[in-house]
Amino acid sequence: MISYWAIVSARFRSLLQYRSAALAGLVTQIVWGMIRVMIFQAFYSSTNAEQPMDGSDVETYIWLGQAFLAALPWNIDTDLRSLIRSGGIGYELIRPVDLYSYWLSRALSWRTAPMLMRAIPLLIFAFVVMGMSPPVSWAAAAAFFVSMCAAILLSSAITTFLNVTMLWTITGDGVTQMTFGLVLIFSGMLVPLPLYPDWSQPIINAMPFRGLVDTPYRLYLGHIPVSEFAGVLTHQLVWILAFIVAGRIAMARALRRVVVQGG
Amino acid sequence: MLSIIWIAYRISFRFAARFRSSTVSVCALYDCVPHTRWQTADVDLSLTRHLKLAVGCFRAFGPSNPHGYHVMSQIIIEDLIKQFRVSERDAGMWGAIRGIVKRRYHTINALDGVSFSIEPGELVGYIGPNGAGKSTTVKVMSGILVPDAGRCEILGRVPWRNRTEHVGRIGVVFGQRTQLWWDLPVIESFDLLRDIYRIPRNEYARNRDEFIAVLNIEACLDVPVRQLSLGQRMRCDLAAALLHSPDILFLDEPTIGMDAVSKLAFREFIKQFNQKRGTTVILTTHDMDDIEVICDRVMIINDGKIVSDGTLDELRRRVTLERRLVVELVDNVSEHTIHPLANLASRDGKRIHIQFDPHQISAADLIAHVTSQNQVQDLFVENPPIEETIARIYEDQAT
Repeated sequence: MISYWAIVSARFRSLLQYRSAALAGLVTQIVWGMIRVMIFQAFYSSTNAEQPMDGSDVETYIWLGQAFLAALPWNIDTDLRSLIRSGGIGYELIRPVDLYSYWLSRALSWRTAPMLMRAIPLLIFAFVVMGMSPPVSWAAAAAFFVSMCAAILLSSAITTFLNVTMLWTITGDGVTQMTFGLVLIFSGMLVPLPLYPDWSQPIINAMPFRGLVDTPYRLYLGHIPVSEFAGVLTHQLVWILAFIVAGRIAMARALRRVVVQGG
Repeated sequence: MLSIIWIAYRISFRFAARFRSSTVSVCALYDCVPHTRWQTADVDLSLTRHLKLAVGCFRAFGPSNPHGYHVMSQIIIEDLIKQFRVSERDAGMWGAIRGIVKRRYHTINALDGVSFSIEPGELVGYIGPNGAGKSTTVKVMSGILVPDAGRCEILGRVPWRNRTEHVGRIGVVFGQRTQLWWDLPVIESFDLLRDIYRIPRNEYARNRDEFIAVLNIEACLDVPVRQLSLGQRMRCDLAAALLHSPDILFLDEPTIGMDAVSKLAFREFIKQFNQKRGTTVILTTHDMDDIEVICDRVMIINDGKIVSDGTLDELRRRVTLERRLVVELVDNVSEHTIHPLANLASRDGKRIHIQFDPHQISAADLIAHVTSQNQVQDLFVENPPIEETIARIYEDQAT
């Protein structure tokens, strides 16, 4: 266990070096968040019909999404990609650790370090300047926290799965772009999930992606009551397990046919 | 019930594994039992196998056999075969377009029945022309590549089957890459390796301080790896590969790109480390000086086959019996004063190079003859350069 913790910590520390990327991301996400909020304000002001989610909740939902954007499985580990391309992957295999757990540890840092650097200042900005609302209750805050941790784990498991596919495709770009398309639409990042048509709700609820965004944010808003917390957490955990199992199987298959590039 | 026995068995097994020594390894026993997918196979099968194993353990540690199980070579390689499929296409645009529809492949026999065994503490040079299969062998031995066929047992384990246990006992340096974390200062990489390899604190501190002093890397420790020079990086890499006191060290072209001073220091360190700790070293290189200085034994691979295996002297003898006597004379010499069984190879003023075959005439006789005929200022016998010897073996194989 100490091995994996050391990997998480070291990777985390090296990722904290990328300060200018964090600053650029922060500014982009604030501007982007303002645009999204304005679009939804326009929608809401043009209708009197009862909506599944009220306007201020949608705004908070959007700001949470902007804050935790970097935690989504939207890219592959570029270091791993260069290791695979150059053949440095060989060194990954001579470590006396389980390679899947090793990569999952890497992915955990890869998803949390950049996210934290952006989320903290962005949330402060959203609270102070944009009037974002706090969690509805302490219980909701606790549920949000637990569910957010599960979301990061789910995102890391998906990221690791994408990383493993690189052992076949070498670049991993195609798989990542397809996955990110799905994530964007079905997690609630583009449009909050309650606003999708009723007939699509069962399908969306069964898919893994709502566990990344929609589940924790709606717990925060009280839109999913704390009494339903156990159910939605189970949904997240089942999908985490599914991605871990899939990733492990894929990795075991890949390692049997691995070819280390170069010399 | 069975599962409880099984778990208890596995726990006792782990416990026993702590007491492994270099010759008696519980894990070695573990691998003596032929198993294919026994972990997932039906319980009966795996139980009988483990009963066999328990008997084996008893024999090994029981009073009747105080010296342990049998002592075997540290590395056993038999008939190793590895093929790669390489896609090829014709050059140019038309070739690229055709390649979309139809790919042609050809097969390369990277390893074509390689066999050897290595005893603990040996310093083995593993050489061969580019693409001969050197690195492939090292990768198989370090558990990175799975061969297509053949046997490979290292410290009693099959590298790719018991990868995690295996790699904990070996150290690897690939000269063209680094195992240090690119963004982290060197010392943090070392600390990270301590945690990954679960090196006991005092062993870690002792090794780290020793390597820092001997390899002279004190000044590099706080510098991120990406900012180190090649020579500094290689020294740090070497220290990193040895922090966990491995039983076997694989060096794959470690001196590539190093300057002369770094190379000398590197060779000296390897030799001393081997003498002090008894670590087995397997070195692949293109630098014959590395081989001459470091290695007791040289294996040559070409086209995926071992073509020569023995000491450096044996290798020389196999290829050529020729020696050279270099004589520096006081006066100029006339050719008839050289012995009839030897030839003049070249002359450079008063210095002459005489070629001779030690089977036809001993060096002592030749020297006696030359000194009786001429006034000699200085003389010495030399071997033909090792590069020539190796090149001749490569050429012989090619024809």
